[in-house]
Amino acid sequence: MSVTVSIPTPLRPFTSGQDSIELAGDTVGQVIDGLLAAHTGLKRHLLQDDGRLRNFVSLYLNETDIRHLASTATPVRPGDVLTIVPSIAGGSPATADGKASLSHAEMLRYSRHLLLPEVGVSGQRKLKAARVLTVGAGGLGSPLSLYLAAAGVGTIGIVDFDVVDLTNLQRQIVHGTSTLGRSKLDSAEERLTDLNPNVRIERHETRLTSQNALEILGEYDIVVDGTDNFPTRYLVNDACVLLAKPNVYGSIFRFEGQASLFYAAQGPCYRCLYSEPPPPGLVPSCAEGGVLGVLPGIIGSIQALETIKWIIGAGSSLVGRLILFDALKLRFRELELRKDPACPICGTNPSIHELIDYEAFCGIGAEPAYDGPEITVEELRQEMRAKAGDLVLIDVREPHEWDIVHIEGARLIPLNQLPERLAELDGHAEIVTHCHHGARSMKALEILKGAGFGKVRSLAGGIDAWAERVEPGLARY
Amino acid sequence: MTLRLSAGLVEEIRRAGVQAYPNECCGVLAGHPGEVKEVVRLVPVTNQRTDDPHRYLIAPGDLRQVEAGLRASGLEVLGCYHSHPDHPAAPSAFDTDQAWPWYSYIIVRVDRGGAAELTSWVLNDDRSAMSPEPIDVLSEV
Repeated sequence: MSVTVSIPTPLRPFTSGQDSIELAGDTVGQVIDGLLAAHTGLKRHLLQDDGRLRNFVSLYLNETDIRHLASTATPVRPGDVLTIVPSIAGGSPATADGKASLSHAEMLRYSRHLLLPEVGVSGQRKLKAARVLTVGAGGLGSPLSLYLAAAGVGTIGIVDFDVVDLTNLQRQIVHGTSTLGRSKLDSAEERLTDLNPNVRIERHETRLTSQNALEILGEYDIVVDGTDNFPTRYLVNDACVLLAKPNVYGSIFRFEGQASLFYAAQGPCYRCLYSEPPPPGLVPSCAEGGVLGVLPGIIGSIQALETIKWIIGAGSSLVGRLILFDALKLRFRELELRKDPACPICGTNPSIHELIDYEAFCGIGAEPAYDGPEITVEELRQEMRAKAGDLVLIDVREPHEWDIVHIEGARLIPLNQLPERLAELDGHAEIVTHCHHGARSMKALEILKGAGFGKVRSLAGGIDAWAERVEPGLARY
Repeated sequence: MTLRLSAGLVEEIRRAGVQAYPNECCGVLAGHPGEVKEVVRLVPVTNQRTDDPHRYLIAPGDLRQVEAGLRASGLEVLGCYHSHPDHPAAPSAFDTDQAWPWYSYIIVRVDRGGAAELTSWVLNDDRSAMSPEPIDVLSEV
């Protein structure tokens, strides 16, 4: 005869569905050891890392809690029934009371918030107790982090690994001329703590990857996505769904922006909206296509607003709604978003259970490689002097870029017009294509080679390298 | 898995959260297990944690009693519900740490005394986190 162990419903998935199991042993401890040896999946639910029973697991020998007997050393006899009884516990996050009380100076600083019944002292304390992660300290991250810091969000984590560049300052207002060349984290931390010294900035000077995302995002209550590329956007979305965190989304391009709040527990996620990324190269980045500087100010402020509303629990959130903003028409539109039951990560039968390779998912590295013969700016200068009339330099940028700066002697044929204007070119001439940094001129090279032009090369580094190393008097952009 | 319950039971949970505010309410979800867990009855349980308004505990002795009472009606414990006064209806680290597998954990957010969102959660097998569980609300006929 042996002891019967009675298994509660939540543990039956780990005992092949059995509700009771016969086991031998002299003590409760031995019986439990035997149970865990036979059903190893039970172990992490019943035992702590140090091998002791978890505090929410109770064992009853017949009708008595073994804590009232001799615990695991309690002897057992054949015919005894050992019952595993759950206790169910939990609770809301540590309360703001006490931990996040407001000083007199803080009362004064936030007085315009305290006057709003929707915020009040309790809302302000929630802001102080809140932990918000902003991914990116760029165009969206700037207004976002400034307003969150000003509003008194207690802890702001920032993920960024870039340095402040002169081209950033047209829109990235958390940085300044005095912090050019320094890391964006240094620069943002300096400005934000000057704006509000009560705010704690947590620095994550790294690229967000599938390896570190769960660990970094897991430390925060709410995540705000200020990224400018698809792999990171899908990564942030998936990590938020897996961690059950709200994801305040914003994106901008040229004169248009979008914002929403993705929270899979209540509504759709980013994948319900866009199940797959666009083909690489189809949607240019802000660095390629430009962006009006005030646009991220508007979208980033909407993200800050949604974050603050979420923390204090005021108003109606953007869950299930997508805001589309057109700056030229000055028009906001709103689309209703539905949760997609077939969504691969938050649908009813999700196929994604862990983070994947987002670069591969977005086709990065799989684009056709436009590699062809290149020429350096120094070689071009020499050849232009030596061959003068025999060398044709084609600028494949856009006319408004030509107006900013161009190389003397070049001909403007924008890349999208090139296929129709091939007849203008002499098939026997030596051709060099150039653009801003050297990517578009490679595509031009492909078009020319495809059309049978033999002697074509692309200027490595584009007009930017030319202005840097050959003709320093030229403007850069 | 999906959790199915009537709109009336959802309302009952919201009311319990409002009544207990600013403390947490807690209780047991009773019903029929299966691919879709069907909740047919709520069993309110006295919160044994009186030391901290932001914690709840359904003691093992209480749960045994509840289970014995349900067995007569052919029902099983499917999980529990509790409220988060002035906090989002997402599991706290403490919720995850204390969670049992398979059980559904319904959380209702109660803001300044008014019930807000209501969500359900299930512990991941590796105990790393709790995942949202779809709730299928049956409207009253």
